[in-house]
Amino acid sequence: MESNPKENIIEEVTSKDYEFGFVTDIETDFVPKGLNEDIIRLISKKKEEPEWLLEFRLKAFRHWLTLKQPNWGHLDLPEIDYQDIIYYAAPRKRQEKQSLDEVDPELLATFDKLGISLDEQKKLSGVAVDAVMDSTSVKTTFQETLSKHGVIFMSFSEAVKQHPDLVRKYLGKVVPYTDNFFAALNSAVFSDGSFCYIPKGVHCPLELSTYFRINAANTGQFERTLIVADEGAYVSYMEGCTAPMRDENQLHAAIVEIIAETDAEVKYSTVQNWYPGDKEGKGGVYNLVTKRGLCRGDRSKISWTQVETGSAITWKYPGCVLMGDNSIGEFYSVAVTNNYQQADTGTKMIHLGKNTRSTIISKGISAGHSQNSYRGLVRVAPKAINSRNYSQCDSLLMGDQCGAHTWPYVQCGNESSILEHEATTSKISEDQLFYCQQRGIPTEKAIGLIVNGYAKDVLNRLPMEFAVEAQKLLSITLEGSVG
Amino acid sequence: MLLNIKNLHVSVAGKEILKGLNLGVNEGEIHAIMGPNGTGKSTLAAAITGREGYEITEGEIWYKGKNIVGMSPEDRANEGIFLSFQYPVEIPGVSIQNFMRTAVNSKREYLGLPALSTIEFMKMMKEKQAMVEITEKLQNRFVNVGYSGGEKKKNEIFQMAMLEPSLAILDETDSGLDIDALRIVANGVNQLHNKDNSFVVITHYQRLLDYIVPDFVHVMYDGRIVKSGGKHLAIELEEKGYEWIKDMNL
Repeated sequence: MESNPKENIIEEVTSKDYEFGFVTDIETDFVPKGLNEDIIRLISKKKEEPEWLLEFRLKAFRHWLTLKQPNWGHLDLPEIDYQDIIYYAAPRKRQEKQSLDEVDPELLATFDKLGISLDEQKKLSGVAVDAVMDSTSVKTTFQETLSKHGVIFMSFSEAVKQHPDLVRKYLGKVVPYTDNFFAALNSAVFSDGSFCYIPKGVHCPLELSTYFRINAANTGQFERTLIVADEGAYVSYMEGCTAPMRDENQLHAAIVEIIAETDAEVKYSTVQNWYPGDKEGKGGVYNLVTKRGLCRGDRSKISWTQVETGSAITWKYPGCVLMGDNSIGEFYSVAVTNNYQQADTGTKMIHLGKNTRSTIISKGISAGHSQNSYRGLVRVAPKAINSRNYSQCDSLLMGDQCGAHTWPYVQCGNESSILEHEATTSKISEDQLFYCQQRGIPTEKAIGLIVNGYAKDVLNRLPMEFAVEAQKLLSITLEGSVG
Repeated sequence: MLLNIKNLHVSVAGKEILKGLNLGVNEGEIHAIMGPNGTGKSTLAAAITGREGYEITEGEIWYKGKNIVGMSPEDRANEGIFLSFQYPVEIPGVSIQNFMRTAVNSKREYLGLPALSTIEFMKMMKEKQAMVEITEKLQNRFVNVGYSGGEKKKNEIFQMAMLEPSLAILDETDSGLDIDALRIVANGVNQLHNKDNSFVVITHYQRLLDYIVPDFVHVMYDGRIVKSGGKHLAIELEEKGYEWIKDMNL
């Protein structure tokens, strides 16, 4: 057998180290390990929550007890010992964190290291950030600017205190706690997250952004994001995530709910870069997330854009329920898996209103020994006449040890609607690679170039600030994996 | 001597294609390589540029005083070796502008020079694409995606102009070109040619050599150069056909 130099390149380059794997030494407030009603009461009490929210949590918990961890994904998801997880960890506060001076400097340094400056003076204009470390929101920037426009953007816990009626009105309306196993779990133990409300007719003047960071060991992160765009409102929202390198797996089970009222538009972008585990597949984050948007009003629009490069296991299907007539749902995704990563991700587009439209562009990239699956559902209800869906699912393979799979489910309930599905599978060809090399472009750079070109349709949808980060991330994750 | 190939043997998938080829190219010279299909012309181009899968079992390739056997393809490129591909490859989603900028700056990095600024780069693009009569629209199109045969070849010569190689190998650049495109491509090559750089023009037909006039013509057969001569050799070959070479060789 002659050795295959291509294999070496794959190995070399896909074995690039995770950049964000540091741990911050910070005093942390934990609740004891394990999960029962007492723990939930304790979390609720620590957060000084109203009775109705505790009730919500307990109902969710009792329902969760009746459920089993789902196993229908094309994933090798181990049985998780839910009693071996800490459900609440928060950087210990030094009193109230009203001003930046009172935030632990270690925390600020952590976010600085991640390229997220929480100092408003230093920040490039245009993005307001809510930084969430472990279970707690650390700091939300640009509060004043936003409140001038009536935009509410704060940590979920803060919102429960300041705007209980709004939170109560919308919480669990898009993703009820009965939705699935992980949604029930999140509803029982969620710790923090972001809340965002854009009032009628307001075009949110800043990009809003939440940055999630898992730091503490043995801790699950269960955040909850709720975004409401009232009639005619517009907001662009970005989410970023990283975690330290740890040998054990960490659980991340989040919920994102979006509601768009009549003529409202929400753009939700994610660059997910949780720790993916090491080259042998040890450690890494289990990213088991429920994200859904409800286009409740006529002509409303919700758009999901995601770049998924991290996590040992990803299980998520950001979807849209198109309830309003003429409403629009979009899903643009680049999912990259390398080494032993597994991803089962896609979207659900549920057409209920008339003349509703949805677009799905999914670009999967698999390298190493990874498994990358697209799973999507497009359902057109009988009453959703004249609806349209266009789906395009492309897979790019690097090397011959990985897998790419596509499971598109389509249900059309009337005869006036049109659904289209296109799928391709390709490899980075030796020809492409040599062509680049012959122009003096080194292998690693060439891979980055080709992959970014392949994902261009999706990357172009990201807000500027994110697009650059995402491009770099793609190159770092995949440079050199040739097939 | 810019390029000196000595007794080159190259195998592809265990089969010997080049069987002891010798070729010397001085600075400023244009050499044409002709010969029937399957005699190893493209293999020679692949071996000089360092393409994977072309195993050099014997012999040496000296370029600018270095034996480059074993050097990576990108290093060879950055040392000034350029190949105009017979079949330029499509790279979807990558604009020619982005592609060329990456290439030019990779070379500059290799040579220890700072990257070009956007303005400098755009100026350079504009100059060079005028040379091959490329309209500016091309620069935002993806590399070779949806190009006509002529556009692909013009784009190759444009890239050559951008990278200013010392040694340019044109592999069947004339194939699939109409007479206008052929003229434009040849014109581009002639503008780039000077006393310091050299061209190796691989072609099947004499036609291209009416436009790019070679100093030497070599005829390849069965993995070797079997006859070398001046420009007239190409014409003789055209008249007598390749059977002449085969008969001569037997």
